[in-house]
Amino acid sequence: MAWPDKTPPDANEKRTLGKGVFRKCDGCGVTIPADDMVRNFEVCPRCEQHHKLGSEGWQLLLCDDGILDEWDEGLAPTDPLGFSDGRPYLERIQTSQKKSGVREGIQVGRAHLEGRPFAYGCFNFGFMGGSMGSVVGEKITRLFERGAAERLPVVLLQASGGARMQEGILSLMQMAKSVAALERFRATRLPFVSCLLHPTTGGVAASFAFLGDVNVAESKALIGFAGPRVIESTIRQKLPRGFQRAEFLLEHGMVDMVCSRLEMKSRIAVVLGHLCA
Amino acid sequence: MATLVLPFEKPVVELLERVQELEAAALGEPTLAPELAALRVETEKVARELFATLSPIQKVQLSRHANRPYTLDYIGRFVDQWIELKGDRRFAEDESIVAGLGRFDGRSVVIVGHQKGRGTKDNVKRNFGMPNPEGYRKAIRLFEMADRFGLPILTFIDTPGAYPGIGAEERGQSEAIGASIAAMARARVPIIASVIGEGGSGGALALGVANRVLVLELGCYSVISPEGCAAILWKDGTRAEEAAEQLKLTSADLLRLGVVDAIVDEPPGGAHQDHDAAAAKLCAAIRLALAELAPLDGAALVDDRYRRFRRIGSFVEG
Repeated sequence: MAWPDKTPPDANEKRTLGKGVFRKCDGCGVTIPADDMVRNFEVCPRCEQHHKLGSEGWQLLLCDDGILDEWDEGLAPTDPLGFSDGRPYLERIQTSQKKSGVREGIQVGRAHLEGRPFAYGCFNFGFMGGSMGSVVGEKITRLFERGAAERLPVVLLQASGGARMQEGILSLMQMAKSVAALERFRATRLPFVSCLLHPTTGGVAASFAFLGDVNVAESKALIGFAGPRVIESTIRQKLPRGFQRAEFLLEHGMVDMVCSRLEMKSRIAVVLGHLCA
Repeated sequence: MATLVLPFEKPVVELLERVQELEAAALGEPTLAPELAALRVETEKVARELFATLSPIQKVQLSRHANRPYTLDYIGRFVDQWIELKGDRRFAEDESIVAGLGRFDGRSVVIVGHQKGRGTKDNVKRNFGMPNPEGYRKAIRLFEMADRFGLPILTFIDTPGAYPGIGAEERGQSEAIGASIAAMARARVPIIASVIGEGGSGGALALGVANRVLVLELGCYSVISPEGCAAILWKDGTRAEEAAEQLKLTSADLLRLGVVDAIVDEPPGGAHQDHDAAAAKLCAAIRLALAELAPLDGAALVDDRYRRFRRIGSFVEG
């Protein structure tokens, strides 16, 4: 049988048609209706490949009815170092705010998870790589403080490249500040469930991320202290396949479970059910 | 000790050498005393002037100077009855962190510090002062011991950073650093941290959650090395000089930003020119810091530390 005659569609028309209607999965390469992908929280219904999910998506996934009573949304960064890498830091912030549609690297607040009230935090990786500067550090610190005061368990979803370079040493100090707050929170005997999403590295990994009463890693997420490129350039050899992926961390005893995004809520609900009096 | 002289410190080093020569000569010739005194004054003046004009990257280079005193050099000078304690009880002994018990100013203390090596062989043994998770887990073991026995903790910070290696990742470098920060946050004893050289990122902070943080005049403390910062920002590690300026990592910056509580002066030409004098100054500063904390009980010390870090950061509330 001969190939059917095909007239290539007008390039513009094709783009309009493709965009928003169909999406190609990064995993299996199959074209899937975009709506199906969104409904499935960016997880491919065929191969379970996890694509990037924004903070709005996470809110919808984890909080009952997608409702979050947001805390401290007015906190905004300043430029304490007068930092410029050619473009001033505050200008970078504005650009990132426009591009990502969020004000800073994390969103926190009170929500319900299968009917149980809890303190929720979720990094916005789209905002400067979810990096932790003063605002992120302060909001996490307040999340633990308020969680303790209102007797709420804390569930924190991390997706971050680490400390924010543009706030220098003040970013590093946020690690100490937030972990000290977590230590106080612990003393109240409320649970902290830490969710390590793709990616969780650097100063965020090396502070509260591994200190959960229960650590949950998202399937195939990249999780580690040093980035793979830094390690490769230090040891001058190729890294093994699967290195620093969630499954690797499970194997080495660093997380309690690896699960698909779609199972995360029900798993956390069970954990909270056991640990909350 | 092999001497290593950075180009910009040459004028001071030459003067210091002349002082030494004259000191030797003056031993048998008392009439040289006035000349020696004058030369000392001159040297101090030149050193102060030169060091006032150093750029941030030059200070970074001095903070990494191969002749700089390291943790064990200080311990040897102001700690008595030092007994080193080794191992994390889980996997290995990490020699890039030294830890142990000693007497400081007449009282028993726990000491934990990064340790760099001198020379290639020693540096390999010390992993260039870059700890693996075991180093931090040994530190945690000692912080908890200090808490149980009510002993003050002195830490010394001097590391390029925690080691970025395959084994370090396999054995939980992130968890070890986070857990060390947590262990320091909850210890019910006074903690004094001293940045004696390089304060490299999370690997430094893991020993830095103290009631009082001191920094030597030429010490640096940063979220990332200037080289690493330049590599990320401009894909060009050679632009470290610019990055060092942007990062605000010198002792004066750190004091202004509220990250350290006091700067400890160094002898003329820097701590590496006179270990004894540097140790005497650091010893006095630690003694002062401990005295300030003396009235506080365990709970008050934890609160004091909490408040110290709680206020660090810069943001607006709209």
